[in-house]
Amino acid sequence: MKTLLTILPFLVMSLTGFTRAADTPDTLSIGLAIEPPGLDPTRGSSEAIGMVTYNNIYEGLVRLDEQGVIKPLLAQDWNISPDGLIYDFALHENVHFHDGTPLTCETVKFSLLRAGASSSTNPDRNTFSQIADISCPDSLHVHIRLQRPYGSFLYQLAWNDAAILSPASVAQNISHPVGTGPFVFGEWQRGDHLTLTRNPEYWGARPALRSVTFRFMPDPLSASNALLAGELDAYPSFPSREILSRFANNPQLEVVRGSFPFKAILALNNTRRPFNDLRVRQAIAQAIDRKALIQAVAEGDAKLLQSHMAPDDPDYVALPDRYPYDPDHARALLKEAGIAPGLHLTLAFPPIGYARDSSELIAAYLEQIGLNVTLQPVEWPAWLSQIYGQGAFDMTVIAHTEPHDIAIYDRTPVYFHYHSPVFHDLLGRYEATADPALRHALSAQMQTQLSQDEPNVFLFSIPRETVLNRHLKGLWTNQPIAGCPLGSVFWQP
Amino acid sequence: MNMRANPTLWTGSALLGIVLLPAFVTALITGAHAPAINVMHRYAPLSLSHPLGTDPFGRDLLTFVLSGAFNSVLIAAMAVCFSTVIGTVLGLIAAGRPPRLIMGLTDLGLAFPPVLIAALLVTALGASATGEILAVALFGLPAQIRITRQAARSVLIQDYIAASRLAGRSPVFIMRRHVLPNILPLLTVQATSSLALAILSDAGLSYLGLGAPPPRPDLGRALAAYQIHIFDHPFLVVVPGLTIMLLVLGFNMAGDGLRDALDAPLEERAP
Repeated sequence: MKTLLTILPFLVMSLTGFTRAADTPDTLSIGLAIEPPGLDPTRGSSEAIGMVTYNNIYEGLVRLDEQGVIKPLLAQDWNISPDGLIYDFALHENVHFHDGTPLTCETVKFSLLRAGASSSTNPDRNTFSQIADISCPDSLHVHIRLQRPYGSFLYQLAWNDAAILSPASVAQNISHPVGTGPFVFGEWQRGDHLTLTRNPEYWGARPALRSVTFRFMPDPLSASNALLAGELDAYPSFPSREILSRFANNPQLEVVRGSFPFKAILALNNTRRPFNDLRVRQAIAQAIDRKALIQAVAEGDAKLLQSHMAPDDPDYVALPDRYPYDPDHARALLKEAGIAPGLHLTLAFPPIGYARDSSELIAAYLEQIGLNVTLQPVEWPAWLSQIYGQGAFDMTVIAHTEPHDIAIYDRTPVYFHYHSPVFHDLLGRYEATADPALRHALSAQMQTQLSQDEPNVFLFSIPRETVLNRHLKGLWTNQPIAGCPLGSVFWQP
Repeated sequence: MNMRANPTLWTGSALLGIVLLPAFVTALITGAHAPAINVMHRYAPLSLSHPLGTDPFGRDLLTFVLSGAFNSVLIAAMAVCFSTVIGTVLGLIAAGRPPRLIMGLTDLGLAFPPVLIAALLVTALGASATGEILAVALFGLPAQIRITRQAARSVLIQDYIAASRLAGRSPVFIMRRHVLPNILPLLTVQATSSLALAILSDAGLSYLGLGAPPPRPDLGRALAAYQIHIFDHPFLVVVPGLTIMLLVLGFNMAGDGLRDALDAPLEERAP
């Protein structure tokens, strides 16, 4: 007995030491609110695609770091000619796609020309169509010539949709993605989870995690239960502020606030009557008490937007509130536009908290100025195809989470059907220069122009809250671009 | 029948009365529309003007829940009417002949998950009260057909039916004159119990977002929307949940009690 008592502490110590060493996990389980519609960022701009694939499966020539700064990736170095027309990239050696194809200048050329082709479905086809030609001095050097200077070109090359693809993989990337990244696609059980496994042949630093599971849990309550039960290790962009208090003082979990180019808008169909009338758009903007909206949707913890630019963006300018809450003026504007009371409109909203709550409130506000609003809940696939894809809608609430994406107001087609020669001209001048001061001034003018035209009602920007295990290190808590890169995420014992 | 003889019926009716009387009064006053939004008065505590406080949009919770209860019962009643009438007709038709097409379809209907049917209806019709009623009615239809058929067959084997047939009465006459009056008590009991199930499935559908869209007050949707507040404002979840429970329990007990009440004379007659 005495011997046992003497060795017991050592026994316990060795046992706990042993279990801890064996326990240092190399797997990760991440919760996401939205399931991606497919896994090919060159075919859709859903944020969910990037959350799974950005720098995990696919990589581009350059990437954004957590602060939104452009960093080398497949290109180890580059050189831009003083006239802004020629971009020379030097590629890393010994990079292979998951299907074994080596990364060469030819694959880069294929990917970027495909993205800009007239048949391309790339969300940023407008950007890539600026490429005049791409030549290959040798297999590891890429020489890109633009048609005209395009100041955002390098930045755009860091986006999800600028991924460099293996030419043989493009047909099945949507369900079986192939890239050069640190993780290989494992399996995808739709409606439930998706797994990635470590790429043993990764060209860069070996990832610490052996496998990663993304679990799709749109319901905040079950997500919080899974986090508290340890079934989830992290949940980026937790969708409900009301529940965050459950994680306060939790020894295992912490809540970290980060920046996020989140721009919630009430998108209006600018070609449809009555939204093609500026006075009606202004009336709708003035009918909505956005300060109250922020109270109800985000407990007041959000910033009002006056234009399509997130407050964290370096180009952001604080504009005056052009459309303060004034239902009387809104009614007068509607009358002036010849809109009879009782006009019937539909407000469609996707299944996510901020959109659902905002829509219900906005409908109530619009009823106050005499509009008859029907709320229409829409599932994500239907939202993406009917509203975002075909632009068939009256009004919808949605958050744009791409960084620095004011250029979407010059896209053709764009789902809200805004066309402005003035804006087009401003954007052209913005892209034609690389001078930061001039670019900032032009961006400010673009923001003002959108605020004047009010193609959509700019609502609010919510900060990003990530819930994660305290031992998990290296996970993005900012979201400078849709992504959750896991290559350098590790468990700290 | 007296109260002591049938406590189940009276307890059920009392539970229903607690919810339905104020719900009908509220519906008379407000038309069962959503109470006004007032964001500045969100999460108001219990008070005379807001007996159960207010919800995250500053709406009066009591008015909201009572209107929701009225809407639930209305939808459930319409769905049960629908499934009872159609189910009885189909059940009677199926009782008179070898079970082929109708019973085959009924079995198919039972095999189909009701949520799937509801999702299909919502996709086809858009989220609306009509879709909700149809989905709940379709959900109850197979059981209604089976029960009607079974009951009708037990009547159809009686001697007086054979006599009636020999007298040259048409099948429609026999069904109307002999079968229907005999199975009517059973159908009444069945309809009452079906209301409980209909309220439950209606709440389930709207909980999943397959019911009529906001702002129409709805108990299932309230439960889904407010469940995130279960820790900070539990009233928001407990009150709609309790209301659904009272309605389901009330209709169930009333149905059971009704069955006892209608069965009793038969038992007394038995030797």
